[in-house]
Amino acid sequence: MLRKIRIILAAAFFLCITMLFLDFTGSLHAWLGWMAKIQFLPAVLALNIGVVAVLVILTLLFGRVYCSIICPLGVMQDIISWIHGRTKKKNRFRFRYSPAKNWLRYSVLVLFIIGLALGAHSLAILIAPYSAYGRIAANLFAPIYQWANNFFAWIAERADSYAFYSTEVWLRSIPTFIIAAVTFVVIFVLAWRNGRTWCNTICPVGTVLGFLSRFSVFAPAIDTEKCRNCGLCGKRCKASCIDMKEHEIDLSRCVACMDCIDTCKEGAVHLAYRYGKKSEKKEENVDNGRRAFIASGAIAMTTAATAKAQAEVDGGLAMISHAEKPVRNTPLVPAGALSLKNFTNHCTACQLCVSVCPNHVLRPSASLDTLMLPEMGYERGYCRPECTLCSEVCPAGAINPVTRAKKSSIQIGLAIVNLDNCIVNTDNVNCGNCARHCPAKAVRMVRKDPSDENSLKIPTINEQKCIGCGACENVCPARPFTAIHIEGYEVHKTK
Amino acid sequence: MKNIDRREFIRVAGGTALTIGSAGFLSGCTGRKKTDNDDTGSVTGTMTYRTNPKTGDKVSILGYGCMRWPMIKGEDGKDVVDQETVNRLVDHALENGVNYFDSAPVYLHGQSESATGIALSRHPRNSYFIATKLSNHRGVARKEDGINMYRNSLEAFRTDYIDYYLLHSISSEAVFNRRFKDNGLIDFLMEEREAGRIRNLGFSFHGSKEGFDELMALHDKYHWDFVQIQLNWLDWNHASKRNTNASYLQAELDKRGIPSIIMEPLLGGRLADVPDHVADLLKERNPQGSIASWAFRFAGTHTGVLNVLSGMTCIEHLQDNIKTYSPLKPLTDDDMTFLEKTAVLLSTYPLIQCNDCKYCMPCPYGLDIPSILMHYNKCVNEGFINDDEEDDEYRKDRRAYLISYDRAVPKLRQADRCAACGICVNRCPQHINIPAEIRRIDRYIEKLKRSR
Repeated sequence: MLRKIRIILAAAFFLCITMLFLDFTGSLHAWLGWMAKIQFLPAVLALNIGVVAVLVILTLLFGRVYCSIICPLGVMQDIISWIHGRTKKKNRFRFRYSPAKNWLRYSVLVLFIIGLALGAHSLAILIAPYSAYGRIAANLFAPIYQWANNFFAWIAERADSYAFYSTEVWLRSIPTFIIAAVTFVVIFVLAWRNGRTWCNTICPVGTVLGFLSRFSVFAPAIDTEKCRNCGLCGKRCKASCIDMKEHEIDLSRCVACMDCIDTCKEGAVHLAYRYGKKSEKKEENVDNGRRAFIASGAIAMTTAATAKAQAEVDGGLAMISHAEKPVRNTPLVPAGALSLKNFTNHCTACQLCVSVCPNHVLRPSASLDTLMLPEMGYERGYCRPECTLCSEVCPAGAINPVTRAKKSSIQIGLAIVNLDNCIVNTDNVNCGNCARHCPAKAVRMVRKDPSDENSLKIPTINEQKCIGCGACENVCPARPFTAIHIEGYEVHKTK
Repeated sequence: MKNIDRREFIRVAGGTALTIGSAGFLSGCTGRKKTDNDDTGSVTGTMTYRTNPKTGDKVSILGYGCMRWPMIKGEDGKDVVDQETVNRLVDHALENGVNYFDSAPVYLHGQSESATGIALSRHPRNSYFIATKLSNHRGVARKEDGINMYRNSLEAFRTDYIDYYLLHSISSEAVFNRRFKDNGLIDFLMEEREAGRIRNLGFSFHGSKEGFDELMALHDKYHWDFVQIQLNWLDWNHASKRNTNASYLQAELDKRGIPSIIMEPLLGGRLADVPDHVADLLKERNPQGSIASWAFRFAGTHTGVLNVLSGMTCIEHLQDNIKTYSPLKPLTDDDMTFLEKTAVLLSTYPLIQCNDCKYCMPCPYGLDIPSILMHYNKCVNEGFINDDEEDDEYRKDRRAYLISYDRAVPKLRQADRCAACGICVNRCPQHINIPAEIRRIDRYIEKLKRSR
């Protein structure tokens, strides 16, 4: 029974959190956004004391149920391990007890904390569980979901229906994609062979919660009077934490999955109240049949997402190309990030904002000091004034919530004009497309030759008004480099 | 989406009626009496023919406009004419009595003449009439270039004479002088006509009444053998601002006994794809006929008309038009009055007067201008244009507009890319202020996007 509850809850959490990364329409976040915000590390980084306190209390009460239910990376490992178990009965009982590698766990944790504190941020977050899963979901699962969606959109188009619309599938950053793929392979291998190895040796959140769960109020325990030493519970334990010789369960590694309780035919393993004489009422032993588990089996896939092929060229149409990415001296981060410093200090690179950005503006950085952290680029779209999705979804306080009204007054950067590229100069034609699309009316067209009443007009920027949204850069027709681009502000300003 | 013709779509989606109709027609074909035709040996059926008063040519009232041949993606990703289908269409047309083919060197990115030539040259040269044009309207009009263009046309059609040769799209005497008189090209063409290598010399016209009067005044000097004009039930009395009502043009030609060739009888499909309310009126009056058939019957009803061109992209267009014209059932005076009323109604819709001729293309900044305008028109017709955020249907209409827009036009070719450089303005034979219309559409889209 306890195991069933755990599985149902875990499935619900896992599916919902995964959907957060897959749903590019942004409509799920209103309902499910909280699921990202109760993740441990983001909550710590966001100084979300309430959430951290609840998670700590939860762990002190029931052990590491967080790892079995809330953490998507943990559940993903359970699914992989479960699939292996389904192949042969022998494989279901493939685990055996191993002593805790505490020196490894605690040194990784210490290194992790030092990394965060000393600015080796992107190195540290490589092993953060929630964001590691986010990167896997956003880089490996999302393209598959989007391609499936595009297939439905293709059908819908032929049926003249607007139920589906196609979305752009593109590789946002090669390094991040590779990191996600490598993480997935490593986790997959570890989980396939030994279940929760990652969680009990590397994962910093696992180590912290493991430290707490040693004192948990309720925990599985073995009733030596009933136990017939068959050893099945230990062979079933994916955390390898049941020492059959001593009839001891290492609670710092137990993820409270309740598999052992379910396995024991004798009812010897039970959830015990540890601060009193009386033990919990025994759990009845049912569930030998099918699990109430709607796991999507097809997770083991590697994808080779490639950037969308160059825009098609038609006979009667001029060649078009995406603009080249300009070199920005200061990276651009979204309104709500407050400053680059605040942003890098809080971001866990979970890619949630990247996944939801409907304008294809956010993508993971490829530069070494901010590796995997999101940054903005305007080659495919611009930061539209009506959109505040990234600020709504960020669980870590890297992008704080902003309203639409507030967003229009936050200056995240400044447009810079390079008149040598401007088509007014190169093609000698009228343009002004930047000015027409500027939502802040910051781009002003002025006469190129002030002495000529009918002179062509060139763009200039009113620095006080520009909010750095990138509309001008996005619609600028100059190629390969646009004539106007945005430079980020280190500290965002307010008009 | 841009490649899917709306007419085709309506037919595919819309109805068994047509399928049954055309199937019935095809099977009925063999049962029909074979008619005499001195030019071709293979024609069966009862296509209506008109006689050219000068040469005595028996010209089928349905002319094949070769500006809209089907395209496919070539090896290098560019659009190329689907030659196999063109051959099939041409064969089917000839079999059913169509014997007039109208092309131009500039059509389909320069591919129309050779594609049409390939298809036609598989048949005896005396079984069809070739019409093509001297399209020197872009750049400087030099005599040598013009002569080259003419010789290239002969080569493309693998022939040594052209039946109907047109000065392509002239709007006034000034334009005529610049392109044909000052450089001596018209003298060359007159000599070619004298020598019989151009059997009929004429011009195609888009423009103002004054411009047309000027060109008519030149008739005494140059003896236009025919004139190609834009005539349809909307333009008859409701031509757009800088164009001339077709009723006037036709009357002027009739006065001088000059036969007319009709272009844009269907306004690039706009008279086939009309708002629901208008469609209902047309269907009510003729439940069996296609909406397009009204336009073809209207154009054919005028006796001064030598033939009516239709750019038929697919076999269904061709079959429907053959059906309409085999034989032509002229409209009655009542029908004419009814169409005039319908035209008044149609002109109240905020449609853009684009016929998808693609003369404006390519836009140097990559926009797909006709697709943007046609998509807007489609949404007007389907009632998706909705400005009122409080309206119950607003969200639905907004979604429909934005999704269908992305389907119809690739992102980098959409309205927000317009630099308003104005290069397209002078190319539009309908004199649409393209940058202004594009800007209007872009504003509307921006408004949709900002609301939720």
